Amino acid sequence: MTIKNENMSSAGLSRRKIIKGAAAGAGVLAASPFLLNIAGAADDTIKIGFPVPLTGPYGSEAKEQALCAQMAVDEFNAAGGLNGRMAELLVRDDKLKSGEAAKRTQELIEKDKVHFVAGSLSASVQLAVNTICADREIPYVSISQSDAINEAKNFTKYTFHEAMNPHMTAGAVGRYVFPKEGKRVAFLIADYAYGHEMARGFKEAGKAAGIEIVAEVSHPLATKDYSTFLPRIQAAKPDVLCLCNFGYDQMNSLKQATSFGMKDQMRMVAPALLYNQRRAGGAAAYSNVIGGTNFYWGLEDSIPSAKKFVDAYRKLNAGAPPSDYGAYGYAGVGGLLAAVKAAGSTDADAVIAAMESTPYDLYKGEQHYRKCDHQSVQSVYIIESKAEADMANEYDVFKIVAEDKASEDVLRSCSALGLG
Amino acid sequence: MNGITLELFVMQMFTGLALGTVFVLMAVGLSLIFGLLTVVNFAHGAFYMVGAYVGVFLMGVTGNFWVSLVLVPIVVGTLGLVIERFLVRPLYGRGIDYPLLLTFGLALVLVELVRIIFGLEGQSFDVPEVLSGAVNIGVGYFPLYRLFLIGVTSFIVFALWLFIEKTSYGLIIRAGARDPEIVRILGVDISKVWLIVFAIGTGVAGLAGVLAAPMRSVIPDMGSTVLVEAFVVTVVGGMGSLVGAVVAGMLVGVVVAMTSLFWPSLADLSMFVLMAVVLLVRPQGLFGQKGLMG
Repeated sequence: MTIKNENMSSAGLSRRKIIKGAAAGAGVLAASPFLLNIAGAADDTIKIGFPVPLTGPYGSEAKEQALCAQMAVDEFNAAGGLNGRMAELLVRDDKLKSGEAAKRTQELIEKDKVHFVAGSLSASVQLAVNTICADREIPYVSISQSDAINEAKNFTKYTFHEAMNPHMTAGAVGRYVFPKEGKRVAFLIADYAYGHEMARGFKEAGKAAGIEIVAEVSHPLATKDYSTFLPRIQAAKPDVLCLCNFGYDQMNSLKQATSFGMKDQMRMVAPALLYNQRRAGGAAAYSNVIGGTNFYWGLEDSIPSAKKFVDAYRKLNAGAPPSDYGAYGYAGVGGLLAAVKAAGSTDADAVIAAMESTPYDLYKGEQHYRKCDHQSVQSVYIIESKAEADMANEYDVFKIVAEDKASEDVLRSCSALGLG
Repeated sequence: MNGITLELFVMQMFTGLALGTVFVLMAVGLSLIFGLLTVVNFAHGAFYMVGAYVGVFLMGVTGNFWVSLVLVPIVVGTLGLVIERFLVRPLYGRGIDYPLLLTFGLALVLVELVRIIFGLEGQSFDVPEVLSGAVNIGVGYFPLYRLFLIGVTSFIVFALWLFIEKTSYGLIIRAGARDPEIVRILGVDISKVWLIVFAIGTGVAGLAGVLAAPMRSVIPDMGSTVLVEAFVVTVVGGMGSLVGAVVAGMLVGVVVAMTSLFWPSLADLSMFVLMAVVLLVRPQGLFGQKGLMG
């Protein structure tokens, strides 16, 4: 609601009307604040706004995103920029709140005159940023998971989604796990949009595998104690338990399920296994859990672009490898700047055209933006968390067990999204 | 939602009671300080968080869970001692809102300090080897560690009860809570008593933190929900009643467990509904009538 109100109260709506009525007369357009905005931004630097939740519970993840995004900017500048025009990253704290993110984004666009926006670390916050950017015709690259951002009600031609979406992640994990581990499946779902999106992804994949859903338990977001949700799942005797939650919810539910002895009774899977969460949660809680990821540094052994990215990051961070969400920051901003170079300008339409037409490979193998919803089509890697005894060093936390190859076929169809 | 067998129901009931002891453990420090000092300690959650972090630190240094378990309440209690002596004491007799505001600010400072020292990222803290795994309790498998928590909580509550009800020092504490003026006239240094009660309250909060660390993630914000839960238990049980805190903790645990079984997404809400109902029917809480620490 906050987001909507902000749009209403700002000049956003009226401005949009003016722009929509552009055909009616150039005179009207010239007077619109939007044009002044562009004129003001036409100085030398290429500015990219980057709202991420630096102070929220995922602050360390957000800092990593910003760090990697800055790497992409530095590389672009070191290579000469856009014919000498340098890029600049403007990082802002969105505090993991939609209202805050909307305000910061608005400031970035109107005061700082950014040309582009990338960032966010939340399924819902990115929708707020997306709305603000779309209203002001600023291309936005989202770097956190969401299904809704692909859908017709949110998608505009300015919207790009570099991160994977829950549908593809949960789907990939489901396609890998269900045939192997068994057909009796239980769900533990965080009761919010992202949680249910992940569950839907699993269920879609499960249809083909013929799974039977034996238990489905929704828990309130940010629950600390899961003990009261677990007996019901145990009593259902599933082969697989799908944890459709994220971050600390995932960590706590895993820790507690492990202490209930559930790992001996069923295989636990999570759509997105995060590198930093795994390191904070410890090997014992995560061992043998299977999940999906956009990136794990172990890809450096098989993929040249991954090796290049990991090496560059290690050089800056005393040998520590980058995380999955950090990689999103790198690819989101790096992809944007590559498109700026290809387009030869910062003009929104030219850059959008370049992004739509140019496949890229920045850190994990080839990716491209699907035309209808600007979802980045990319491989999902299936990883299994290692037990303490199998770890070669503190960074060696996952084993890559499979690759769900990049393909538009695993995405929801354009018509299903309401995009024709 | 079908498939609820008698076995599952019994298991759920047991889980609820076990969760109740966790609530009791978390609430008892708050209840103690409120009951005897009439200080609403808003930094309770922060002391709990500090306890978890001190535990992580001590685990890193000593590598021994049991040593940390003994040292954490001492370290956090000492911190409480210092805070009572220099920050809370000057505010006695100025009305309940002064210490409330002080501890509220203190909580922010402690959380920020931990953020600066340990960073935003969670710390890992595993269940000690001997207490890991689950045991069959007849109706299903239950974590050994949670059984251990039931034991620890019972021990602490019993020890506190003995101390307050059965020792001459406890007599002074109770007398001081009823009428500090008279106790002072009788020649007892009441400020020393309050100092110790505050230290015990914070020490128990710290102990709860380190005990929770293997189950919940150790992050700077971990105390915020605990403060709320501890308040619910304290209010339902009756402000300042040790017995009330125990009964209320169990009750809240069972209510949350049963809600989780039938309407899982309302589990969080259920404890607040319980609190509202209790406040409507019995505004002083279940055991709030007999004065302090009855």
